[in-house]
Amino acid sequence: MTMKTVFKKTNGLTDKPTHYCPGCTHGVIHRLVGEVLEEMDILEDTVGVASVGCSVLSYEYFNCDMTQAAHGRAPAVATGVKRVLPNRMVFTYQGDGDLASIGISEVIHAAARGENITVIFVNNAIYGMTGGQMAPTTLIGQKTATTPFGRDISIQGSPIKVCEMMSTLDGAAYIERVSTHDVPHIQKTKKAIWKAFETQKKGLGFSMVEVLSTCPTNWGLDPAESLEWVKDQMVPVYPLGVYKNKEGVK
Amino acid sequence: MLEEIIIAGFGGQGVMSMGQLIAYAGMIEGKGVSWLPSYGPEQRGGTANCAVVVSDEPVGSPLVTRPSTAIVLNNPSFDKFEPRVRQEGLLIINSSLVVRASERKDIKVLEITATDIANDLGNSRVANMILLGAFLELTKLVSTDSIVESLKKVLSTNKHHLIEVNKQALKKGASLVAVEIS
Amino acid sequence: MGKVLMKGNEVIAEAAVHAGCKYFFGYPITPQSELVAYMARRLPEVGGLFLQAESEIAAINMVYGAASTGVRVMTSSSSPGFSLKQEGISYLVGSELPAVICNIVRGGPGLGNIQPAQSDYFQVTKGGGHGDYNLPVLAPASLQEIVELTQEAFDIADRYRTPVILMGDGMLGQMMEPVEFGERSETEQFKKDWATTGTRGDGEPKIITSLELDAESLERRNCNLQQKFARIKENEVRYETYFLDDADYIMVAFGTTARITMNAISKARQEGVKVGLIRPISLWPFPEKPFIETRDQVKAYISVEMSAGQMIEDVRLAVNGHAPVDFYGRTGGVVPTQEEIYDKIMMVARGVQV
Repeated sequence: MTMKTVFKKTNGLTDKPTHYCPGCTHGVIHRLVGEVLEEMDILEDTVGVASVGCSVLSYEYFNCDMTQAAHGRAPAVATGVKRVLPNRMVFTYQGDGDLASIGISEVIHAAARGENITVIFVNNAIYGMTGGQMAPTTLIGQKTATTPFGRDISIQGSPIKVCEMMSTLDGAAYIERVSTHDVPHIQKTKKAIWKAFETQKKGLGFSMVEVLSTCPTNWGLDPAESLEWVKDQMVPVYPLGVYKNKEGVK
Repeated sequence: MLEEIIIAGFGGQGVMSMGQLIAYAGMIEGKGVSWLPSYGPEQRGGTANCAVVVSDEPVGSPLVTRPSTAIVLNNPSFDKFEPRVRQEGLLIINSSLVVRASERKDIKVLEITATDIANDLGNSRVANMILLGAFLELTKLVSTDSIVESLKKVLSTNKHHLIEVNKQALKKGASLVAVEIS
Repeated sequence: MGKVLMKGNEVIAEAAVHAGCKYFFGYPITPQSELVAYMARRLPEVGGLFLQAESEIAAINMVYGAASTGVRVMTSSSSPGFSLKQEGISYLVGSELPAVICNIVRGGPGLGNIQPAQSDYFQVTKGGGHGDYNLPVLAPASLQEIVELTQEAFDIADRYRTPVILMGDGMLGQMMEPVEFGERSETEQFKKDWATTGTRGDGEPKIITSLELDAESLERRNCNLQQKFARIKENEVRYETYFLDDADYIMVAFGTTARITMNAISKARQEGVKVGLIRPISLWPFPEKPFIETRDQVKAYISVEMSAGQMIEDVRLAVNGHAPVDFYGRTGGVVPTQEEIYDKIMMVARGVQV
């Protein structure tokens, strides 16, 4: 009897098992990026730039040439790669600590230059790798290892809304915020990633997809509760949608 | 032959380009040369200076602490460099702007009202070239032809019409020395 | 192409272009800004690319990205900006990426000033960033030597897959001298099969990283790096000596300081004092040989530096107690004069306590 293949692993990822915690949506987002690279048939033309944080080892998972950057500097490294190889697809994969805290300068200036790269920005409102400290995107009142009484505006200020901010820059061509809390949203996320790479392929300028993601381990929730938390707590603060689509990429 | 020159004045008086012209001309004539500017905020308005070394051999230190010649275009430069000229050395003063006179007996002093003479020539900015003309007439360090050749390289093409007035200024400076000596 | 009169900073830039460097990521800082401006004008002429980064940090990481594609790439800065590049330099070493980084040193610490200094000697020769590493450091003394060493720097970088530092002081960057750019004879071809340029027609995916989570793996990796450093020490030592044959006293100085010291030496020799000079050209690897060869014959060494005394530590290590080592230095942007150095020589020669 022959079996029909109804689902298979994307060739956009290597066979290496990921190290991510159960319930973490990094794995889902990796798969979506891998699928897009494979379906757009650009895997062999792509150089990825890994960042520092939970996704530091992403270079072992994406099935393309990968370079690993210092904390926060992935957009600068990607700039160096892209300026030498303008015909290659270049993307960074960064978390909220890496992109929105230590690396906010690099990502803003890459966007301001209209750097023709794609940034996958995974926002789970906390530092995962270092053990659950406050991120720039941590919600007001959210308890973390470094905000044990909850994030207090008078002490730690307010969360940075990265898409809103980046969309004000003329060099930013495509900016969208999506979420991974249920299947329809995961499908939308894939579409957004596709459109971001399409923007780069067309040479339109800087593209970024902010993906709301989970951290069950550091949130102290189980995987299902974590998805609920994204939907109920994060989405209201970080509204989903296309913030910029300068050239109407479909 | 080792000539170690300091040229000093206000930023904008052309002290840097004077030094560069000497260095350029020296290079054209196959001599060892170096040009070292003071650099920094003092270049705007304050006192700027450069050190030029011209030698028969490759230049050792580009830094000049005891110049064989100092050309000073303003008072602060006089105050700073007059005492540093080495014995038997040469001090050339733009006496249009420098109000003090040197009391040193162990050096040769040449006072030229360069700014006034430049105004007479119709371009106050060539005071530096008058002083340079005098310096070259006295020392024969490099030829005037080499300086003119260098001018073509130092001045951008759209300023080549100024070469003529610069030549006149060099000549005028040289003639003043001839008078002085005779 | 005959001799041209250029500023040191511009010579570095032009020499880099002659060495085949087409990519430059920079950030302005005095006294090296002419280098950045020259590249901005020059690189488009050779089909290259200049980009002004938003910071020194971004610039060095752009260098990292460009280097990972296998091209010749450069950045430059001066002391405070160079400090900002240190993290990136450590990553370049860890990921074994070739690049040339120029430091036109100015007075420090902190913002210091913009005058000439050599006070980043420790920083460049003892690693500088985090982790167990050294990297080649070349210190030219003249503008013509800049031409040679800039090109050497790119070759060494490619030969060993390492960042290389080109170090001068503000004086060297700002001064003008005649230079000649000869045609380069291509001697060595460098195969860069490690570069991440996309896998098309190129086999399996490649990874460039300095991360190695397993301790023993990282130790193995570090041992390989150490072996590489040992090869560099074996092959890339550069120095010049003057008047060592009959020297009772040996001066040690690098860069422009060596030139000022030479003037003082000439004067002292006229006075009958037998004094010579060792001029390290590679600051790392430090030239130990000329010290080992002379240390049992000379009465003393004198290290002359534009710092409070940094290279003197390497001099002492090389002399290893065989002879006294004295020091003369000025700091904070003050340049030692030949008169001061001459006085120091005479003081030591006349038996004033070393």
